[in-house]
Amino acid sequence: MSNRFRTVATALKSRLTALYRPPFWVDRARRYCYIWVVSVSLLAVVSLVPLTLMVLYVYDSSQKAITEENVLRILRITSNTRRTVTSFFEQRLKALRFTAQVENYSLLRQSGHLAEVLKNLKYGFGGIVDLGLIDASGIQVAYAGPFELEGKDYSGQGWFKRTLEQGAYVSDIFLGFRGVPHMIVAVRSTNEQGGDFVLRATLDMESLSEILHSLELSEHSVSFIINTDGIVQTPSRRYGEPLEKVCCMPVPEYSEHSQVFETGSEEARRLMVGYAYIANSPFILLLVKEKAEIMQNWYELRKNLITFFLGSFIVIFLVFYVIPTYIIQSLYEAEQTSAKSIHRLEETARLASLGRLAAGVAHEINNPLAIINEKAGLIKDLITFKAECKHDERLEGLIDSVLASVERCGAVTKQLLGFARHTEVSVTEFPIAKIIKDVLSFLEKEASYRNITLKLDIPEDLPPMVSDRGKLQQIFLNLINNAFQAVNDGGRIEIAAKPAENGRIGVSVSDNGCGISEENLQKIFDPFFSTKKGSGGTGLGLSITYGLVQRLGGDISVESELGRGTRFTVTLPTATEEVRDEGPTCG
Amino acid sequence: MKVLLVDDEKEFVSALAERLSFRGVDADWTVSGEEALKMVKDGQYDLAVLDVKMPGLGGIELRKRLHGMHPQMKFIFLTGHGSHEDFKVGSEEASFYLAKPLKIEELIQKIKETLNR
Repeated sequence: MSNRFRTVATALKSRLTALYRPPFWVDRARRYCYIWVVSVSLLAVVSLVPLTLMVLYVYDSSQKAITEENVLRILRITSNTRRTVTSFFEQRLKALRFTAQVENYSLLRQSGHLAEVLKNLKYGFGGIVDLGLIDASGIQVAYAGPFELEGKDYSGQGWFKRTLEQGAYVSDIFLGFRGVPHMIVAVRSTNEQGGDFVLRATLDMESLSEILHSLELSEHSVSFIINTDGIVQTPSRRYGEPLEKVCCMPVPEYSEHSQVFETGSEEARRLMVGYAYIANSPFILLLVKEKAEIMQNWYELRKNLITFFLGSFIVIFLVFYVIPTYIIQSLYEAEQTSAKSIHRLEETARLASLGRLAAGVAHEINNPLAIINEKAGLIKDLITFKAECKHDERLEGLIDSVLASVERCGAVTKQLLGFARHTEVSVTEFPIAKIIKDVLSFLEKEASYRNITLKLDIPEDLPPMVSDRGKLQQIFLNLINNAFQAVNDGGRIEIAAKPAENGRIGVSVSDNGCGISEENLQKIFDPFFSTKKGSGGTGLGLSITYGLVQRLGGDISVESELGRGTRFTVTLPTATEEVRDEGPTCG
Repeated sequence: MKVLLVDDEKEFVSALAERLSFRGVDADWTVSGEEALKMVKDGQYDLAVLDVKMPGLGGIELRKRLHGMHPQMKFIFLTGHGSHEDFKVGSEEASFYLAKPLKIEELIQKIKETLNR
């Protein structure tokens, strides 16, 4: 179970690595890299561009809609407030004007009567603190209210002059005799003798402020009045005290209708200001709201929109990265596998041709060799058996030499025929460890003489092999012999076996010998190819091994590095199901 | 014990016959299958050593015919080569299958083993 889990985990890791670093990219397979770049780019452009455009459109239109909605709301509130404030001033002016016209001047000069009028005005309209009657010379001849202002001379006051000029006047906020900021309304009228007089009332700032504060829907929203010079008229919380210059914003330009403008240098402190000029007065009504607050809905929407966009972008990009990468990687692997199969077929065909050639050569050599053998044997027989033939030791030595050479040639031609010949496979069941140990028993003495370390790593739980025992012995004998010839005295040879894919067993024979050059590695399985020149190598051992492994349905591969060593790996099926017939041979 | 050697290489077969005679084996030789048939028809041989590949009548076919003429006759095949099929048939139908060049001592031994079966 754990092996199965490990296999799945390894396969998954390999797949993920292939997605992260596609082998065709690592191998610099230009054609596949080009297809990959084009596919990923096209898919990304086709999907991400419309998504981006759509999100930008929604972003822009939502921002505009929400901004417009807020502007409209501010305009509406500002307009309504203007009407209320205008009405506040007009009502009090009209009340004063009415009083001045209907009341008898001489009665108004009586403080008791004036106080009665004030009481009625407060009751009827409210918002009035005191009432004063001022004659044409500017002297307040009668006064009703909480202060001691009777007899005060207002002839030098600007509002008095304006009232006389205009007939009615609403003043800016000013300190007056009491030294307290306040605002008055005044009307001019004519007494029974034809002289002008002015009826003045101090406005209750609390009432005006209450009207304005009732519009402040949150702590970040402020409504107040300034005059056309930018002087604050009513309390404004953070934009200046009464009689101070308004801060943080310019005095808005005159407009007949309510308007909205944006001000403030820092984005976080941007203000949206609704304003309206109040008719027949020097006042401008301001409704100031912090943009961050009124655009809160937009900020929420913007956050969701950006999250949606980024999420979609990442998901789409991942999908359009993973799918083409997986498909192109599969194509690349298929081509690689196909190329390897073709290469292996070519290699097999090449070796088969070489085998036929070798067999032909062996046949042609064997017959004359047999003649030389028999003729030389006959000469030796004559010397040996015929008394008349002089017994000549030198001649006998020469004949022995000829016969030895013939025997050596015969051994080569027999090996050649062995390379080309395919005999029946004799299948039995046995453990792989037994075969390798049998082979090593032939070589233990040599290992001991040469002080070669032999390391065997064959797990006991490997499944048994059902194969041709003799051929396997020959395969491993050739490979291990080869390793013995490659290592120096005191070298190291490792033989390891482990399960391979598709129920196979992989056996590797590694040495730390001289290694094989890249050039020689290409020809290592070719017949007659040998790097052991002058040391009796026929160059057929690995060729025969290659043929035998193929015959048993296995594969053989070699890795080597000059000066570091060589590793041959044989992968064999645990059960040889059928004998491969590789066509007619000359064996 | 009389042995017939059949091989298309005259130089080989004649020398081999002489070497066998030095070792006490009475051997006749010929270079063609047809001639071998005549020789067997006229004389009595205990064993035939046949080359598998010969022009005209090859060793495999010759063995069949000789066996038809003398069922008790024994056979040893020689070959400089031999295909998979040759080897298979040779292994089944002859006592031994020897590859050239051969050692005379080995041939003598195989002849003796064959005749003693």
